[in-house]
Amino acid sequence: MSSEKRSQLFGVLGEFSTPEDLVAATKKVREAGYQHIEAYTPFPVEGLSDAVGFRGFRANLVALLTLAGGVGGGCTGFGLQYWVAAITYPMNVGGRPLNSWPAFIPVTFELTVLGAATFAVIGMLALNKLPQPYHPVFNVERFTQASTDKFFLCIEARDPKFNLTETSKLLQSLRAEHVNEVKDEE
Amino acid sequence: MSATPNVRLGREPEPWLEPGHTYASVTDKISSAVLTRPLGIGWLAGFALTFSVVMVLFLAIAWLIIKGVGIWGINVPIGWGFAIVNFVWWIGIGHAGTLISAILFLLNQKWRTSINRFAEAMTLFAVACAGLFPLIHTGRPWMAYYMFPYPSTMGIWPQFRSPLIWDVFAVSTYGTVSLLFWFVGLLPDLATLRDRAKHKWQQMVFGMLSMGWRGSARHWHRYQVAYLLLAGLATPLVLSVHTVVSFDFAVGIVPGWHTTIFPPYFVAGAIYSGFAMVLTLAIPMRAAYGMQDFITRRHLEQMAKVMLATGLIVAYGYFIEFFMAFYSGNKFDVFLANQRLHGPYAPFYYALILCNILTPQLLWFKAVRRNIPALFVISLIINLGMWLERFVIVVISLTRDFMPSAWGRYSATVWDYATFVGTLGLFTMLIFLFVRGLPAIAISEMRELVHQESHGDGGHE
Repeated sequence: MSSEKRSQLFGVLGEFSTPEDLVAATKKVREAGYQHIEAYTPFPVEGLSDAVGFRGFRANLVALLTLAGGVGGGCTGFGLQYWVAAITYPMNVGGRPLNSWPAFIPVTFELTVLGAATFAVIGMLALNKLPQPYHPVFNVERFTQASTDKFFLCIEARDPKFNLTETSKLLQSLRAEHVNEVKDEE
Repeated sequence: MSATPNVRLGREPEPWLEPGHTYASVTDKISSAVLTRPLGIGWLAGFALTFSVVMVLFLAIAWLIIKGVGIWGINVPIGWGFAIVNFVWWIGIGHAGTLISAILFLLNQKWRTSINRFAEAMTLFAVACAGLFPLIHTGRPWMAYYMFPYPSTMGIWPQFRSPLIWDVFAVSTYGTVSLLFWFVGLLPDLATLRDRAKHKWQQMVFGMLSMGWRGSARHWHRYQVAYLLLAGLATPLVLSVHTVVSFDFAVGIVPGWHTTIFPPYFVAGAIYSGFAMVLTLAIPMRAAYGMQDFITRRHLEQMAKVMLATGLIVAYGYFIEFFMAFYSGNKFDVFLANQRLHGPYAPFYYALILCNILTPQLLWFKAVRRNIPALFVISLIINLGMWLERFVIVVISLTRDFMPSAWGRYSATVWDYATFVGTLGLFTMLIFLFVRGLPAIAISEMRELVHQESHGDGGHE
């Protein structure tokens, strides 16, 4: 390796012009045995997360967190009202039961939704490791097109099969229009 | 089968997007309205005008805080007045935004794509205007935190059996969830703006707001899960919010309020007025920013159909109110129904019928639904009608309840009008800021639409 100061190779980035080419290339790259790959697109592309190998429990974590937030919010909501109305500040209204649960449903419902929605958003951001202002792929000039009309596939250098020449050739053979090295400057 | 496969019933459906657009062209067109378009004289004049109306609002609120709620027209039988009329009106307007962004998303309606972003913005701004009214109606807004459960040194807790407390939770949850939904939808578009920005300050602002979004497959996967779940959560939420608002009335025993039709008819009325407001905003905006390719005539027609449908539900609600008053034979309910037709506020009731029931019947005609100036006028009339509906509900019932000795009259003062007009100015000013500061149409969803339109509808090319 050359002696470039504090700049190491993060991976190679192939650029495609249609989502179909990208999905096909991603599948081929996975078949070739690469594990550490990531695709970047300007809109969600069906089947792509599956193609990069993102499936199973980890892919469902946002939904589980949302469920947890909803259950937690609902229990907090009802528990709070029960504790206030029946235990700490009991108020006898016309001899009706202190635990007048039907009257507690609206607030319980609202807090269920609030808990679930907050967990869905914070969970999505946290699992995506956002906010993250710097990422090596931003060093590639053409990557700004990833939010307009180009589709990118990055094979990362930490992959055991990674070899700069071989991997670049593979991407070129899969109809990548441009192949760029991604440098990580730290 | 006798029909040949070549015979098609009807014409080809019009596209939701004018043909010829690419990923880059939709991105460019929508983002340029924020990034490169110079500030026109029209925008500056509109902003200056609405900003000065916001100053009227500040003045009205300052005077209110100095003098107290006595500057308004409210009195002992009519404690609610304009503040609650305006609260219900504004919060109802917000509902169309959530309906478009959440319910139509779950129903897989493609036509929501080009209108959901600014309808959601409209929701947020309407909720902000709505929330202001109960706050200042307390007379001591700095004490508003009393409504939240917190461990106070007095050992006092809110009464959770009261609809007014349900309202606090419903409206604050609604505002929070709408904001989250809106922000999640904006995230990829903020990244687009960051990548296309030419000036350093734009790159920094959008760079911070987009949080480093880079559209990776894993990002999108979690994003889509979160978005779908938010839509699923916002759907029952939006129905619950106006239901809870209607409980503010229906749980009370006042004649004209204590009816079970209120929750569904309030929700329908909310969506009705909300779609009217979406049209009121969309029609000038698409003309001013050349968005006719994205918000097509077919979109406007679709919204007109939703207005017609919800308008008929509202008409059914009015009918059932009358029917139940006479069918129940309750003398107070019968008396109140007569007061609506013949009492001192009868002109408001007839104006309400004209605005909300008779005018929208024009929407049965396709020629009207596709006539943009006519739609604009009808949407304004419906907005007015829905305001009158809340006025009729609040004022007629409170001025004519059980005991003649408790009857009263209500008329708004100049401060009532100043506050109401002030919130109209606040709402419009926020809309002005929004259309120049953020992408008014969801760019990443439009790119998806381009993809679907070019692949989904099958082989002409």
